[in-house]
Amino acid sequence: MKRPIVIGLGNPDRGDDAVGRVVAQILRSHAARRYDVVDAVGEATEILALLEGRENAMLVDACVSGAPAGTIHQIDLQFERAPDKDGAISSHGNGLAQAIGLARALDILPEHCLVYAIEAGAFEPGAAMTPAVAEAANRLVDRILAQLRD
Amino acid sequence: MARRTIKTDYLARVEGEGGLKVVVRDGVVKSAELAIFEPPRFFEALLRGRSGMEVSDIVARICGICPVAYQMSAVHALENALGVTVDGPIRDLRRLLYCGEWIESHTLHVHMLHAPDFLGYAGSIDMARVHGDEVRRGLEIKKAGNEILRLLGGREIHPINVRIGGFFRAPRKKEFAELAEKLKRARDLAIEVVSWVSTFDFPERERDYQFVSLSHPAEYPFNEGRIVSNRGFDIAACDYDDHFVETHEKRSTALRSHMRDGSTYLVGPLARYALNFEKLSPVAKEAAKDAGLGPVCSNPYRSIVVRAVETLYAIDEALRIIDAYEAPERPFVDVEWRASTGYAATEAPRGLLYHRYRMSDEGTIVDAQIVPPTSQNQASIEEDLQNYVGTFLDLPDEQLRHRCEQTVRNYDPCISCATHFLRLDMDRA
Repeated sequence: MKRPIVIGLGNPDRGDDAVGRVVAQILRSHAARRYDVVDAVGEATEILALLEGRENAMLVDACVSGAPAGTIHQIDLQFERAPDKDGAISSHGNGLAQAIGLARALDILPEHCLVYAIEAGAFEPGAAMTPAVAEAANRLVDRILAQLRD
Repeated sequence: MARRTIKTDYLARVEGEGGLKVVVRDGVVKSAELAIFEPPRFFEALLRGRSGMEVSDIVARICGICPVAYQMSAVHALENALGVTVDGPIRDLRRLLYCGEWIESHTLHVHMLHAPDFLGYAGSIDMARVHGDEVRRGLEIKKAGNEILRLLGGREIHPINVRIGGFFRAPRKKEFAELAEKLKRARDLAIEVVSWVSTFDFPERERDYQFVSLSHPAEYPFNEGRIVSNRGFDIAACDYDDHFVETHEKRSTALRSHMRDGSTYLVGPLARYALNFEKLSPVAKEAAKDAGLGPVCSNPYRSIVVRAVETLYAIDEALRIIDAYEAPERPFVDVEWRASTGYAATEAPRGLLYHRYRMSDEGTIVDAQIVPPTSQNQASIEEDLQNYVGTFLDLPDEQLRHRCEQTVRNYDPCISCATHFLRLDMDRA
């Protein structure tokens, strides 16, 4: 069985979409040797390959739900369903939702799998993250580090 | 007046990121519009003032699915500007890297996007619940492509080992041994995939496309060749701007390409296959024949079979390159910066990708032009919609919308630089 993994997802060039990757990059600097930390674009099969063979995983992504920017949502996939919308027009459109749906369908979803979704405010090309989302990234890093210590 | 408008959110992610709109009046398709967010324009501006050495790493970020294509067109255009020729093992390694990207991208399209359409599923998740073995087979093939990118590109996404003149590091021969075994297994699986997709039920829709792709006298094209068409067109990449133009549509950030005479054209697997069939390897040709493909395929719905054949070819070609490989003495050739302009076109999985760069004496980028395959195919996608939707109008709205989406999915348009956030609709009891 592979080590637990934290996967931060997003596009670093699209404003708040970068937040998952930023969280992963900060976590990596803490040298959590008992865990793998990866930041990735977020294409569905890329996520699947990272999840395969693991018992524990945390996924960090930006999200849009209508909540204030910087809100941190937590979904425990053992007990709750995450959105798994199907049927994009381009393979470039497949992301975390498809990865979770495929992982369930193919029976490779880790037994313990948490999704942290940070509410995004803007996705302008080339823009920096908005302050509320950057602040949320730091809060989430502290939260994940505390969980990893438990 | 009977009026029907079929509209679908493009990504189901961001409002305005893109969309598809088909307007029908009195049983006739009046317009079909595909709006695409196209950030290569943003990158053209971003590149100005940057060093030529940085270009290949910057353009890799345009697309998470086809970074190698952007890197390859960039380094070839810059080398063209500086009069540098790369050959021998370094040239072969570039071809191998491109094989990896074709394997990844085509396999993703075939299994995650296109096959569900023909098997009657809303998407890959529904399909995976019933056809798990086929999806797992696709994932295994894709992993072989990932492995090429990891080994040669330094990592699976946004490779970092590519530089002008070659690579920062060239692998030793023995490093390929494990990859070769994975590729041999993937080749067997890829033959099965060609056979599998050939059994799908395809709408009989043929079009007299103007196919455009690279053509090379000795090989199925990746990085080099002249730009040719099935209408006798034959030019070097440096003459691209004399023959193709881009126009801007208000409704999208994308530019649309057409020939100077106003005609539209098609790039991508169907064009490449039709113009280069004889250059496929024997195993790929044989699989194509067994799948019922002739040397030309003009049915866009059958492009899934052509992609499966090209995947098989890319795996076979990767094995050939690895078998013949001897590590170069140096992984790159030196370049001397000077004021110059360079041009190149390479074959991204979705088709011809053209780059032009103008540099200063010190090798600083003064001006960049990037024409991705999706903007070249946009007019053709809309023509497909215009031509075919009219024959599906008796379907209920939901099914008609699905047909429209399927028609776009035939092309797997590159939504480069797409966001990848989660659309969250929380419903807690």
